[in-house]
Amino acid sequence: MTAPIEHPLKTTPLYAAHIAAGARMVPFAGYEMPVQYLDGVMKEHLWTREHAGLFDVSHMGQARLRGVAPLAAFEEVVPGDFINLKPGKQKYSVLLNRSGGIIDDLMAGRPDDDGLFVVVNGACKDNDFKIINDELAGQVKIDRLENRALLALQGPEAAAVFQAHAPQASSMVFMDVRPIHAFGQDLIVSRSGYTGEDGYEISIPAEAAVEVWNALLADARVKPIGLGARDSLRLEAGLPLYGHDLDETVSPVEGDLTFAINKNRREQRDFPGAARIVGELAAGPARVRVALKVLAGAPAREGAEIADLNGAVIGVVTSGGYSPCLKCGIALGFVTPVHAAVGGHLKVIVRGKAQAAEVVKTPFVPHRYVRKLPT
Amino acid sequence: MRFTKDHEWVEVDDNIATVGITAYAAEQLGDVVFVETPDVGKAVKAGDGFAVVESVKAASDVYAPVSGEVVEANGALGDAPDTVNAEPEAAGWFAKVRLSNPAEVEALMDRPAYEAYLQTL
Repeated sequence: MTAPIEHPLKTTPLYAAHIAAGARMVPFAGYEMPVQYLDGVMKEHLWTREHAGLFDVSHMGQARLRGVAPLAAFEEVVPGDFINLKPGKQKYSVLLNRSGGIIDDLMAGRPDDDGLFVVVNGACKDNDFKIINDELAGQVKIDRLENRALLALQGPEAAAVFQAHAPQASSMVFMDVRPIHAFGQDLIVSRSGYTGEDGYEISIPAEAAVEVWNALLADARVKPIGLGARDSLRLEAGLPLYGHDLDETVSPVEGDLTFAINKNRREQRDFPGAARIVGELAAGPARVRVALKVLAGAPAREGAEIADLNGAVIGVVTSGGYSPCLKCGIALGFVTPVHAAVGGHLKVIVRGKAQAAEVVKTPFVPHRYVRKLPT
Repeated sequence: MRFTKDHEWVEVDDNIATVGITAYAAEQLGDVVFVETPDVGKAVKAGDGFAVVESVKAASDVYAPVSGEVVEANGALGDAPDTVNAEPEAAGWFAKVRLSNPAEVEALMDRPAYEAYLQTL
């Protein structure tokens, strides 16, 4: 019998720093990543909500898209308005297949005049960049920034911590992206994140990652936070997770991401799967992503069925868990649109037991993005 | 107290086994946020899943270390699941089982054997 081919796990430039900090390492997106440190998921989660959490997200895919007209070219694979994206701004978008399904979700921005700076999910990055390369051949060149690490500093004290090192970042608001020279390094910094909190995402030359990581952790307001809390934080923020809440069968309308389909693009119908997506915008999708609060009982996790009050299965949980802030189960899942109204009562089936759940608005825990600078 | 390789503990008093998870298991799970204990009257077989313990991150099965009938479940864990972290081998017990085959207990590890086993993990 032939042994299965083992793909050795990759590591980020911060691997040794994670081990030294007492991280429990797990395989994730082909990397050995910290799922938690000594404090554990609960404390790390709450620390990020109250202070500042530092995340190593260097497994994510960073790239530059360069070409004669990279913004216009990029519109061929996403439904967002990138032609009118202002310098210094970034935008959330989705890479679409020809059926209008989501290949990945991503951030793309213009920190400078050097094309588009794109960040995609780690588990999807090889496929994403191949698809962009194939679809946009001759129009853009993709330069993967594999020599850069990526950190996220998130939480109500994140801005003050980072601005102490990079005063220039104080004039940025949510979804601004800019080149910043700090820590003696050329960084690409955005004011954004995946926790619902204010904070920054910081692209760093790999060889300087440890130095920047340690400099940020030297601040008593900052603790390292693992992927476990990253997941519970994003869930409370109501943000979908690719590979769970979104996949190649889910359209951005089904995925409750219609904000990412700009008006001019809807009219132009010039993105992959436009027929399906414009049709769903007009007539409604067959299923839609909702947020559920579990009113009693165990957390409903991925795969749990969602039923109506008569017991008929009308959907499925695609990610769910325990909310450290709300102290109850919360979940994202897909239901038939007739059951999607906020305030509606449904059941989640956990280990055979039907438990009461309510459709709620997202975010579960309010976002605290800084959209305007204090005057 | 006796122990399983799945990190449950058993303490027998007058043919009633109190069952819980070990300090090692509680530490590995992290903060326990929900415990599903077995229903009183349920017949359990050694090795079967008989309770579920949940952390923020995941749900984990707890296996019955012995066979018998559940005679009591620890209702206090409903309001205070974190007792499993605070006192895993005492107040954080899950259920009490009336043994149908007391010899099963003898086959479990004693504390020195369990501690030696932990060293191999």
